[in-house]
Parts: sequence; C-alpha cells; structure tokens
Amino acid sequence: MSMPARNFETPAAPGRSATLFALPRRQPDVLRDRVKPIAVAAATRLVPPLVMLAVLIAIWQLAAGSPTSALPSPTKLVSDSWELIAHPFYDRGGLDKGLFWHIFASLQRVALGYVLAAVAGIALGVLIGQSIWAMRGLDPIFQVLRTVPPLAWLPISLAAFRDGQPSAIFVIFITAIWPIIINTAVGVRNIPEDYRNVARVVRLGGLEYFAKIMLPAAAPYIFTGLRIGIGLSWLAIVAAEMLIGGVGIGFFIWDAWNSSLISDIVVALVYVGLVGFCLDRLIALIGRFAARAA
Amino acid sequence: MSDYLAIDHIDQVFQRGAATSEVLRDVSLRIAKGEYISIIGHSGCGKSTLLNIVAGLLRATRGGVLLEGREVNEPGPDRAVVFQNHSLLPWLTVYDNVKLAVDKVFRATRSKSERHDWVMHNLDLVQMAHARDKRPGEISGGMKQRVGIARALAMEPKVLLLDEPFGALDALTRAHLQDSVMEIHQKLGNTVLMITHDVDEAVLLSDRIVMMTNGPAATIGEILEVPLDRPRRRLDLAADPVYIRCRSAVLEFLYARHRAPTLAA
Repeated sequence: MSMPARNFETPAAPGRSATLFALPRRQPDVLRDRVKPIAVAAATRLVPPLVMLAVLIAIWQLAAGSPTSALPSPTKLVSDSWELIAHPFYDRGGLDKGLFWHIFASLQRVALGYVLAAVAGIALGVLIGQSIWAMRGLDPIFQVLRTVPPLAWLPISLAAFRDGQPSAIFVIFITAIWPIIINTAVGVRNIPEDYRNVARVVRLGGLEYFAKIMLPAAAPYIFTGLRIGIGLSWLAIVAAEMLIGGVGIGFFIWDAWNSSLISDIVVALVYVGLVGFCLDRLIALIGRFAARAA
Repeated sequence: MSDYLAIDHIDQVFQRGAATSEVLRDVSLRIAKGEYISIIGHSGCGKSTLLNIVAGLLRATRGGVLLEGREVNEPGPDRAVVFQNHSLLPWLTVYDNVKLAVDKVFRATRSKSERHDWVMHNLDLVQMAHARDKRPGEISGGMKQRVGIARALAMEPKVLLLDEPFGALDALTRAHLQDSVMEIHQKLGNTVLMITHDVDEAVLLSDRIVMMTNGPAATIGEILEVPLDRPRRRLDLAADPVYIRCRSAVLEFLYARHRAPTLAA
C-alpha cells in the first residue's frame, strides 16, 4: 500500500519566519532503561513484606521480651539456636544433624509418596472422569475416605508395613491423592464437547485421545489438584514423622520439645514454612511451564 | 440426479426419563456430488441435530444416512465438520491443529514431508499460512474459523459439513469468509452441507436451500433451487432479479408461513 508522500515544505508566508529547535536526543542508558524498572518492580514486591516482617518481629520482641516469658523472644532465639541457624549442614552421625539433613530426609519421603499419589491419582481421576459407572461406584467412597485425617491412616499402615519408613510414605500418598483424583476427574468431565467431537471426526484412538486431547485439556485442573496435594503432603509429613521417629524435620521438632529447646522448634518451623512455600511454587511453576509447552 | 449423499427417512426422538421430545420427523434429502446445500430454519428446528446425524456424532432413532451407498454410523474424516465455535485446540498452534487431523488421516498413505506440504497447502487455501505458529488465542474469530475450515478441508472429506460456520462473526468478516468458501468450493468442487440462519448467506452460497419447519417434529418444509450462475459476485447479485426472487421466497417461508414459535405465540 502506498500513501502519497506528505509535503511538509509549506511555502513560507511573506514577512514571517519560523525557527526550528532541535530537542536533545535521549541517550540510551542501560542503568535507566533496563536496571531501574526491574529494581522498582522488585522493590514494590519485596519492601511491603519486609516491612511487615520487621513490624511482626518487633511485636514478638515486645510480647516475649520479659525474662519470665514462656516463649523465647527473637533476640533470645538467635542467641539460643545460633549454631542451628548458622550450620544447617553439619552431621555428627545418628540424629545429630543440621536442619538441612532433616529437611532433606522429609523431602525424600514426601517426594516418593507424592509421585506415587500423582500417578495413581491422575489415573483414577481419568477413570472417574471418563466413566459414569466408575464415578457412581467410586466417587461416594472417595468422598468418605478423603475426610479421614492423615494421621488416622498411620496405625493401619504401621500394622501393614511393620516399618516406619514405608508407613510415612503411605500417609503422604493417601493424603495427597484425594485432591488429585477429584480435580483430575472434574477436569476430564469438563472437556468441552467440541474437543471430543473433533477427536471423533478425526478418529483419534484411545491413547491418542488421552495424550493429545484429554491431558492438555484437563491440565489446569490436574495442576490445581497437584498443588493442593503437595501442600497437604507437607502438612502431613511433620505429624507423621513425629510419631515414626528417625531423621526428619517432624521428629526433630518432637525431639526439641522433649529436650525443652523451644528456640530450636521456632527455627525448624521457619524452615518448614519456607520449604512448604517453595514446594507450592515449584508445582505452580511446573504447571505454568507445562501449559506453555503443551 | 445421482444420490451421493442420501438422508433417508430420519426420525430423531430424544428420551430423557419419562419425557420424550420428537425433534425430527421423516426427513429425507438427496444430495448430488459437488452440490452446495444450505439448511435454514428458526433456532430449535433441529437443523444442528440433522447435521450431527450426517456427521455420525448422533445416531438417528429411525432411518439412516448413506454416503456413496454406504451407511454412515460413526463419525469420520470423510464427513469433516466445521463447528460453529471453531473448536480449535487452544494448546496447539494453527499449524499443529491442522497437522493433528492430517497426521491421523494420512499417516499410512503419505510421507512426513508430503503431510507437511499438505498442511501448508490447506493453510494457504484459507490464507492463514502467515499465522502457522500462532495459537488460537492469538488470532481473531474470523481467522480461527478459517483454520477450522482448513482443518476440515485437509481431511479431504467427501462431504464438508458446516455448522453455522459464520454465525459468531461480525458482518464484514462473515462476508470475507463467505467469499473464501465460495472460491474454495469453486476450486475443489466439494459437496457441502451447511447449516445457517442467514437468508442472504443461504442464497449467495447454495445450489439448493432446504427450509425446515418449526419443531417439535420438524421436517423439510420446502426445497428451493437457486439457479444463479457461478462464480457469483456479491455486488452483482444485489440487483439480480433471480437473487431477489430466491431471497424473498426464503423470507416468505420463514416469516410468513413458519414464524418462529415464540413470535407466533
């Protein structure tokens, strides 16, 4: 498409003259153009929580500052548990390890139980979502079972496995699986009729339909289930480990309580919270990545 | 007239619990190869049901559909459907949406590079090759429908089924797409069965217009031949007496003799 070139040279009016001013050209500046926006964005995200954190710690200090207080104040906590905070990686054998190793042991249990729950949960969710009879048969049972608190499964699994390690993993599995099943089933049931019709016209086979239509279409729901599941697993592992003992953050907390090391417990809680947050974000990130790659 | 596609005494009754509703009663239609047929009627007259039966997505309660003398009882690429709301898969690119169909239909008969060329050929046909790497969310409604048409054409269907393909588009985009479909029909000589509720669209595109009576128990009320020469040009037709006569015949059927049930009430 061609436009007639516009003629800017208007004939000069007699007796008048115009003066042209050149505006100074903006110089490219890495600091101003690249670094500054990122810094501003980071500051708006980071400053408010940091300020609130400082306020909360100050309130905590005021509330627990007196020498008769039952709970440690922040300053007392740091002086009591400095070794724990400063050296997360030490290992003196047995249960005398840094917090990293306890968290690591807990994460291993969660990873195993959770991966099993994800595989079984998605498979069962697809079954319930696809088959009206599977849904009628299994859904009521699942709705009852999912309300059973995680720890209530522990005695039964101890009786079945006769060992703490597989029992803890089973508790994670049984805790995480319900939201995965239910969300996957909803996702599969909500696949638009149009997509099914496209698959039928093209004559996709069962496996092709599963991989090319069902999984991508239900992925947002599945990842919602996976995110709820990972949160619940992390909730359950601390409680389960308190009971089964051994290396793990749950037993570490229980052991600290028995030794009246309240400051150590608080440090462990901070770790538990941060790791739980990271797990949630990790699954969310994988979900976003999968949505983009699919 | 040879029967390429035969719709033979179809009744469709839906049963939900104790309630039954008769949607179609005794619908018969014979379509020749290369014909462009429109089915028009008020909403709720069962025209989409009829299309779904031809597509094989729905089993008729009685009667059946024959394509080249063979009975249709399941969906297949020989009766490709362009759905009303494009129904592209949002997680696939434009190219991959078409490729999904091409790979499935021609896996055994064409090589990988032939299939690639065929996908590109069909995207070219609907002028969408430039957007091959875009996702459906990134293109306009008219473009999505073009891709939907490309996907259907790429299956080399014996009959192309269009389910109100332009219904969700604005008037200008719709006119563009109608011209494209006419061009493609001219070029490839497909047999087309199109559902529409737009009188001008029906007259402009069709060789014959099938007018449905109102439901329940809708059936074919009248069939109108549109004896206009092809290629047809939208602008020339506006004043063409044959066009005007056909158009008013359809309007007369729809609004004088078979008004929409809600309006008649």
